[in-house]
Amino acid sequence: MAMTCMEALGAYGLRSLGMGQRALPKGDEITLCEQVILIGSGLIWNLYFAVLALAIGFFIATALGLMKSSDQPWLRQPAAGFVFIFRGSPLFIQFFFVYAVLVSLPKIDASLTLGSLELGFSTRWFTKAWLGALIVLVLNTSAYAAEIFYGALRSVPHGDVEAAKAYGLPPVARFRRVVWPTLLRLAWPAYTNEAIFLFHATTLVFFSSFPTWRQSGDALYYANYFAEKTFNPFVAYPIAAGWFILVTLILIALFGTVNAYLNRHIAPGERRRVRYRPQFMR
Amino acid sequence: MFEYCSNSDSLANLQWLACYLTTLKHQSLYWSILTVLLLLAVTAPLAIALGLSGALARRSPFAVVRSLGWGYTSMVRGIPDLIFFLFVPLAMDQLLEYVRHRVLCPQETGPVWIGHDFVVCSAAKLPLGPSPEWVHDTYGFILAVVAFAIVFGAFCANVIHGAMNAVPRTQLETARAYGLSPRQVMLRVHLPQTWIYALPGLSNVWMILIKATPLLFLMGVEDIVYWAKELGGTKSARFSDFPHGDWRIYYFTGLLVFYLLFTWVSQIGLKRLTDKVSRGQATMAGGKGGA
Repeated sequence: MAMTCMEALGAYGLRSLGMGQRALPKGDEITLCEQVILIGSGLIWNLYFAVLALAIGFFIATALGLMKSSDQPWLRQPAAGFVFIFRGSPLFIQFFFVYAVLVSLPKIDASLTLGSLELGFSTRWFTKAWLGALIVLVLNTSAYAAEIFYGALRSVPHGDVEAAKAYGLPPVARFRRVVWPTLLRLAWPAYTNEAIFLFHATTLVFFSSFPTWRQSGDALYYANYFAEKTFNPFVAYPIAAGWFILVTLILIALFGTVNAYLNRHIAPGERRRVRYRPQFMR
Repeated sequence: MFEYCSNSDSLANLQWLACYLTTLKHQSLYWSILTVLLLLAVTAPLAIALGLSGALARRSPFAVVRSLGWGYTSMVRGIPDLIFFLFVPLAMDQLLEYVRHRVLCPQETGPVWIGHDFVVCSAAKLPLGPSPEWVHDTYGFILAVVAFAIVFGAFCANVIHGAMNAVPRTQLETARAYGLSPRQVMLRVHLPQTWIYALPGLSNVWMILIKATPLLFLMGVEDIVYWAKELGGTKSARFSDFPHGDWRIYYFTGLLVFYLLFTWVSQIGLKRLTDKVSRGQATMAGGKGGA
C-alpha cells in the first residue's frame, strides 16, 4: 500500500543514515512524497561532506597558501606541487586513484582504552565513503582554496604591512591582526564560489569508486535510484535539482553574511559584493 | 602485435611488458583517448555557440526570451553538473523515442509511460534493435555530447554575458552616434570586442571541460576510466595470457599524469593566446609595455 506523506517522512527522513525503514520504495507504489523525502534525506550526506571538507580544508589551505608564498624553496615547492596536482587533475580520477591506494593498505584493527571509554580504530574505515571520500574532498578543496588565498595574500596592500611593522607588531600578531583579516576579505568572494562548487562536487562521491552501504547514499544516489526504478527521469532529477538550488541559496546567504562582517569597516560604496560566478573557479 | 608475443609463457620482462601493453584491450584504451579528444573537439564549438545564444537571449527586447536566457545561464549556478550529465542523455533519449513513437506508430494511441515503464513501438526505438554495435556506441556518444554542450554552453553564456557587459559603454555610444544600426553596433563593435574580455573566462571553462571528460564513464561510454578499471583489475591465469594482481593504482596514476599534462599544456597555450590577442586592446593587459 502507498504511504501518506507523514508516514514517508518517518520511514525515510533519516534513511540515508541507515535509520528508519530498510526497504526502499519499489514498483508502482512510489509516491511523489517518498521521492522528495528520500532524496532530501540523501542531502544529509552532501552536507556532511561539504561542511567537514570546507571546515578542515580552510585551515590546510591557509597553511598551503602561506607556504606557497614563502621565500624558502623547501616550503614553497611542496605546496606549489600539491596545488598543481590537485587543481590540474579531475576530482573524479582522484577518487578512483585514492580509493585504489586506500584499498591496498594493510588491514589493521586497533583499539585504545581510555579509562572506561574504549575507542576502536580500523584501517578498513579508509575504504568507506564517510572517511575515504572525505579525505579526497579535503585535499581537493585545500588545493583550490590555497590558490585563492595565495592570490589574495599577494594583493594585501604593502602599506598595511609596513604600518604594522612601524607600530612594532611582532610577526605573529602582524599576520593575525593585519594580514589575515585583509586576506580573508579579499579572498571571500572567490572562496564563496569554491564552497558552492565543492558542495556540488560532493555528488560525485557515490558515483565514483566508493561503495554505498545498505543503500545509504546521497541525494543524487536516490534520484538515480528512482529514475532507474520508474524509467522516468523527469521527476526524480528535478526534485534533486530543487534541493540543491535551495541549499545553494542558503549557502550564498550565509557566506554573504560573513562577507558583510569581514567588510564592516569598509565604506559601503567600496565594498566588494559576493557574486557567484562559476566561470572563475576550478 | 609483435611476433614473439604468440608464446606468452617464455617472455623476458621487457618483452612481456611490450606484449602486455599492446593487447587488443590495451589498444581499446589508447583509442578511447581519441574519444576524449573527439568529445572536446565537438563540445567546445557547440558550447560557445550555445553560450553566445544564451548571452544574446539575456539582452533580447522580448521579456520571454530574456527570462529563458536568464534561466539557462543561472541553472548551472544552483544545480550540480552531474545531475545534468545523468538527466540529459536519458531525457533526450525518451523525448526522441516519444516523438518517433507518435509519428511512426500512429495506430498505437495508448500512453507510453505505463505504470513505471516506458514503452514505445519497436520501430520508434533508438537506435533500432538490430543495429550493429557501433551505431549504439555512436548514439550514446552523441547523447553525451549534447549533455556536455548544454552544461558547458551555460558556463560559456555566463562568461560571454559578463564580457559583453565589460565592453566600454562609450565604444557602443560612439558607434551609435556614427549612425550605425543596432545590428551593426552588435556585429561590428560590440561582439568583436567581447571575445577579448571573454577569453580569460573561456580559458577557465576549457580547463573545467577537460576535467569533466572522465564523467563520460557515468554515461555508459567506454572511455579511458572504463578501460583503466577494466584492465587494472586482478587477472587470473585462467582467463588471461598476462595474469597480474590488482594494478588499478598504476592505471589511475597513468590517468592522473595524462590529465595533468593535458591541463598544463592547455594552460601554457591559452596564456600565449591571451597575450597575443591582448596586444593593442584597450585593456590592462593590452596597455602593458606601452603603445
